[in-house]
Amino acid sequence: MSSKDAYFEFLIRLGDNSLILGQRLGEWCGHAHQLESDIALTNVALDLIGQCRLLLTEAASVEGKGRSEDDLAFFRTEKEFRNNLLVEQPNENFAFTIVRQYFFDVFQFHLYSSMRSSKVKFLSEFAAKALKEVTYHRKLSGDWVVRLGDGTEMSHSKMVDAVNTLWPFTAELFEKTAADDVLIADGSIPDLTEINQNWKAEITSLLAEATLTIPDTMGYAASGSRQGHHTEYLGFILAEMQCIPRSMPDAKW
Amino acid sequence: MNNSNPADQGPLWEVFIQAKSGIPHKHAGSLHAPDAEMALTSARDVYTRRGEGNSIWVVPSHLIVASTEQDAESFFDPADDKVYRHPTFYEVPDGVKYL
Repeated sequence: MSSKDAYFEFLIRLGDNSLILGQRLGEWCGHAHQLESDIALTNVALDLIGQCRLLLTEAASVEGKGRSEDDLAFFRTEKEFRNNLLVEQPNENFAFTIVRQYFFDVFQFHLYSSMRSSKVKFLSEFAAKALKEVTYHRKLSGDWVVRLGDGTEMSHSKMVDAVNTLWPFTAELFEKTAADDVLIADGSIPDLTEINQNWKAEITSLLAEATLTIPDTMGYAASGSRQGHHTEYLGFILAEMQCIPRSMPDAKW
Repeated sequence: MNNSNPADQGPLWEVFIQAKSGIPHKHAGSLHAPDAEMALTSARDVYTRRGEGNSIWVVPSHLIVASTEQDAESFFDPADDKVYRHPTFYEVPDGVKYL
């Protein structure tokens, strides 16, 4: 695999994660249980969309086929998306949304922390900028995990459900492909295996503080997004997100 | 399932934002949060989204001691008719901000 193809794949993966999770969080707008959370989740969504724009713009320019960030976001099909299965999982309730967010925030936090020393200028600058946002996201979701996990009987049981359901989707965050091998070897990106160790240590300790435990999945882990195989939810997200640009491709804001 | 009782949103907090270092914190509004740390987080999200803030204070609303309407006459009226109390007799030098 050429390093250009590898770099494109990596950018699309990060960009799609931010795009799809941003879209998911946007669904809470006007629907959260209190104004404070409504605004907080929407803020996070907007940060993620901002990250996605930088990443997909860089991806489009690396690709060099004249596509724009919007072309990548709105005119690719489900099988061309490389976001992790975790971020396309439905919001369900506030506990699910918070657990999904926390797993993802800690992942982004450690990935971007390491990526600041990438030898690729775009990646190191992007990571330094995005890390400020992600540090806040991780605090917000982590604070909620502790308060809901170690909260009332009802909040605890919803959190247990959320952790048990979402845990099998987390291993996939750290799956490596041929693209990773190329980019790790030339110092462009951190090794996801190391990110995984930091992630696991942090998650384990915070879940314990929240009186929650990591479920035993007996070796099962969901997988597929690296090849474009998604859960049934992504198609619906794309249908909603892409419907306007696809029906009116030349529409301008 | 829906948490429709506003009392369940946690206690009320008053939020004070400092726009720039060196100038006073100003009351921005209030919000609900379960504890002080979450109140700070929410204040950041609700009141400083467009770069309004440099520092935030949150104070439990019940700790604010307020004057009452009955006090208004004795507290504030006596200052109204003493022009010499108001610092309006000198020019403000150019370049002085936030006065």
